[in-house]
Amino acid sequence: MAKISTVKDFFMMYVDGFKTMSKTSKLLWVIILVKLFIMFAILKVFFFPNFLNSVASTEEEKAEYVIEKLIQD
Amino acid sequence: MDVALIGWSRAQFALTAMYHWVFVPLTLGLGLLMCIYSTYYYKTGDEKWKSTTRFWQKLFAINFAVGIATGLILEFEFGTNWSNYSYFVGDIFGAPLAIEGIVAFFLEATFFAVVFFGWDRVSKKFHLASTWIAVFGATLSAWWILVANSWMQYPVGMHFNPETARNEMNDFIAVAFSPVAINKFLHTVLSCWVLGSAFVVGLSSWYLLRKRHIDFSIRSIKIAAIVGLTATVLTALTGHYSGQKVARHQPMKLAAMEGLYNGKNKADIVGFGVLKSDKVYNDGKDPFVFKIDVPIPGFLSFMSFDNFNSFVPGIQDIIDGYTLSDGTVYPSYEEKAAQGKLAQQALRDYRQAMKDNDEEAKIINKAVLDENIKYFGYGFFNSPEETIPPVALTFYTFHIMVALGLFFIAFFAIVWYLNKKGTLQKVKWLLWLGVISIPLAYITSQSGWIVAEVGRQPWSIQDVLPLSHSVSNIPVANVKTTFFIFLGIFTIFLIADIGIMINTIRKGPEAVDESKGY
Repeated sequence: MAKISTVKDFFMMYVDGFKTMSKTSKLLWVIILVKLFIMFAILKVFFFPNFLNSVASTEEEKAEYVIEKLIQD
Repeated sequence: MDVALIGWSRAQFALTAMYHWVFVPLTLGLGLLMCIYSTYYYKTGDEKWKSTTRFWQKLFAINFAVGIATGLILEFEFGTNWSNYSYFVGDIFGAPLAIEGIVAFFLEATFFAVVFFGWDRVSKKFHLASTWIAVFGATLSAWWILVANSWMQYPVGMHFNPETARNEMNDFIAVAFSPVAINKFLHTVLSCWVLGSAFVVGLSSWYLLRKRHIDFSIRSIKIAAIVGLTATVLTALTGHYSGQKVARHQPMKLAAMEGLYNGKNKADIVGFGVLKSDKVYNDGKDPFVFKIDVPIPGFLSFMSFDNFNSFVPGIQDIIDGYTLSDGTVYPSYEEKAAQGKLAQQALRDYRQAMKDNDEEAKIINKAVLDENIKYFGYGFFNSPEETIPPVALTFYTFHIMVALGLFFIAFFAIVWYLNKKGTLQKVKWLLWLGVISIPLAYITSQSGWIVAEVGRQPWSIQDVLPLSHSVSNIPVANVKTTFFIFLGIFTIFLIADIGIMINTIRKGPEAVDESKGY
């Protein structure tokens, strides 16, 4: 196997690494991608919106909202 | 605020954090061992060490891949479920978490690639250096997360800006290197090394029981037992220093850890005990159904304040106010609540002065706010009972953690000794204990976090902001829904993780050696 001596070699290390991956490693990458998809495309979008953005649009309004929650009697 | 909403939001955060913590300690623990095995390979050139390194690297990779990014869900929850808290602390949390994200990404993305893909492509020296740097990067990530957590337990290096409603960092060094953060980091990372060592010893024990991969297992145990023993002793030591910080800054947590309601000089440590469930903090009754103290008089005083005769306050003392043996005076609940209400009134008046453009009133109220902000959170409570954490859960988990910590010292010492003598394989019960030590290590680690987090209730930021005012005003049904979604998704990922691990373990180190890539 060629030793790395250039930037291209370094890049090829990634390419070869991915090409020669075992079945287990490929499965792990599938798990990573599915997980990231679930987290960012489903959970974050549909279940975890930023709450303050829904009640205030500017920083001043957000500050006002939080302060009100903190100092209400 | 709706009690059910607070409860479900806490449950969801706890579920997510505990799930995340299944992966993190093994990543850091196996990471260190992987570095040491790799160093042995570099020094000796012996291919057996390479094989040992590659096998544990494979398990490391599985754990890392399934666990990666699970912590980000906690950040989602901050924005949705804990928006008041999140906004209130934004600037303090922002810096450590941003540094963590950037450093972790670049160090890990670059050097882990060399670790896994770079065998025979880079020099042995560079490969070894990459392994250490990648693991160092992962450990450094833990530093920044723990800095953020420590700040919640010991808020320093900040001031509250009443105009923006945010805490702003005014001393980065105080935040990043607070004594609480340093102790928490050392204690946590060392405990991860204990877990990683228990994992290696446990799996190697299983191979020895099955009479498979004997040379590999003995070699693995040789290093893991020493690392485990050293790390467990150091974890106990840093736990002691952490306890001393808790005694000073979170005395209620220490009192809950020991089930101590009435303080005393020459206080003892409970070795084993069962708490009464109907104890009221000021009823004067014994809180224990029965207990056995550690037979060292004044041990709790010594562990807390380095003096066997020191006064250690109990829950009632903390509520009534007390003076430590060194003369430090701690105000009562009533005094702190009065200061908290003063601070809150000053904030109201400050905001009114802002609307009225009354600069003089702003200055006066800012001064009152600054003077009393330390106990701002006490202004939210209606009774002193609200400041008491769940004592039973804190007490039992603390004692489970300590008992298992002591078990691991003895366990690693015996395993190391017998492995060195070459008789470990014959001691079947110890090998089985090794296998069982894997779940025990997880129980120890999770118990530690329960003590740290449940023991500091009801605070999200110690003395400044309680949970009741940290949560977002969202429908409780939403939180319940996402709780069960997480539970389902996490369970699937955990099953996948364990399944892939078991499959790899069954195939053994030779299968990893024979495969061309990872």
